[in-house]
Amino acid sequence: MSATATLPLVDQFELGLDAPICLTWELTYACNLACVHCLSSSGRRDPRELTTAECKAVIDELERMQVFYVNIGGGEPTVRRDFWEIVDYATSHHVGVKFSTNGSRIDAAAARRLAADDYVDVQISIDGATAEVNDAVRGEGSCATAVGAMRHLADAGMRGFKLSVVVTRHNVGQLDDFKGLADRYGAQLRLTRLRPSGRGADVWDELHPTAEQQRILYDWLLAHGDQVLTGDSFFHLSAYGDPLPGLNLCGAGRVVCLIDPIGDVYACPFAIHESFLAGNVRDGGGFARVWGASELFTRLREPQTGGACRACAHYDTCRGGCMAAKFFTGLPLDGPDPECVEGYGEAALAGVHHTATPRPGMDHSRQSRRGPVPVTIGRRPDRACETSPLAASTAGQGGN
Amino acid sequence: MSTDARPRLFDLDARWQLHPQVSVRPERFGALLYHFGTRQLSFLKSPKLLAVVNHLATSPSARGACVASGVIPAELLSYRSALATLAVSQMIRERTYP
Repeated sequence: MSATATLPLVDQFELGLDAPICLTWELTYACNLACVHCLSSSGRRDPRELTTAECKAVIDELERMQVFYVNIGGGEPTVRRDFWEIVDYATSHHVGVKFSTNGSRIDAAAARRLAADDYVDVQISIDGATAEVNDAVRGEGSCATAVGAMRHLADAGMRGFKLSVVVTRHNVGQLDDFKGLADRYGAQLRLTRLRPSGRGADVWDELHPTAEQQRILYDWLLAHGDQVLTGDSFFHLSAYGDPLPGLNLCGAGRVVCLIDPIGDVYACPFAIHESFLAGNVRDGGGFARVWGASELFTRLREPQTGGACRACAHYDTCRGGCMAAKFFTGLPLDGPDPECVEGYGEAALAGVHHTATPRPGMDHSRQSRRGPVPVTIGRRPDRACETSPLAASTAGQGGN
Repeated sequence: MSTDARPRLFDLDARWQLHPQVSVRPERFGALLYHFGTRQLSFLKSPKLLAVVNHLATSPSARGACVASGVIPAELLSYRSALATLAVSQMIRERTYP
């Protein structure tokens, strides 16, 4: 037994583990929607996307590393023609799959398939309990699509799938409605934090919850405890008092990471920027070497100073908050979270010049970044433009 | 959570086993457990607790697994409590075979 074995769990995790506990894998940047807050600025397929064989090689590595499951996302992962092949390969190699989808390809047949497979879980994304609130962020018709997918899953007998909501200034008043919606379809509600990452950087100022709303959210989360999942994304709110359920630490490069569609490995799903790029699964040594030996991850696992936050009475509960949220709002990484409940973040933001905030490292948006631009799934790819998300997938499979 | 989640009295003298849908990943602090059926993650906070869990399926009782793993009598109550938590979350279950 090593000397570190006696440290509390949270300190163990800060030192990093031999393999991630939770790994997000964006399979494609292609998406039929254009949500205003997309973390990965998705839209167009990247021609450098990992091939089916390369994806399977990644899964072989994850199996060897005993990564229990991957959170597959995108883009819209189901637009990949080999999506189900990759899912089946993962589950037959002891790597469970949870995937996030806007629901556009979850028809009755897909729902039956999911309901029959214990090793696959699905998260339907919705950002408003009403079409009005949701569609303003995710695009016209996307609420109906998501609810339609939930109905298919419920009809197929799938229980406990997830309804995944990014909490914004406009939907924070609908928390009970979201819970009711999830309950109605036998689903579990999952709430996550709006990050200023990807296109989210453009809308964060207008969409992130106000200080008063954060308090309401915290009280609601405490009242609902384990019934509602959060992906540990609100640990910065633990500084209000009692810690929220979960790990309550930044796991970036320590217990979580992101593999993007072209195989780049980032410290977390909210940090697609060269500053947080640890390597690529196509490099010699593959994912295991990036996870185990990259210079960036090694640095993230060293004891952190805590900077200005160290003197704060709440440092042990919030641990300085979210690295990505600080980075993309132009705040120092050892300073307060922009949504620090003590207001230190807000004060610090006042000193950041607008032009000083880092831009996202990748942008696969299809249109100029202004409001949702829904595109009908199943539309024939434009011959002149091979960048359509459907260029590499079977045409005509869409529909709600 | 309903009262079903309340830890019940754990029978140290019964036969136990890891749930067949649970995977165990040893770590320096103990181990990570993942239940593919409930999709819950859990932690074993000491290498000795991992040893107990590993001994369950081949021991005539949970008490036997504890003894085989070097758990001393003074520690038995806290190990019983840890095992009770694992039983409530279905990470381990009583076995019917000898």
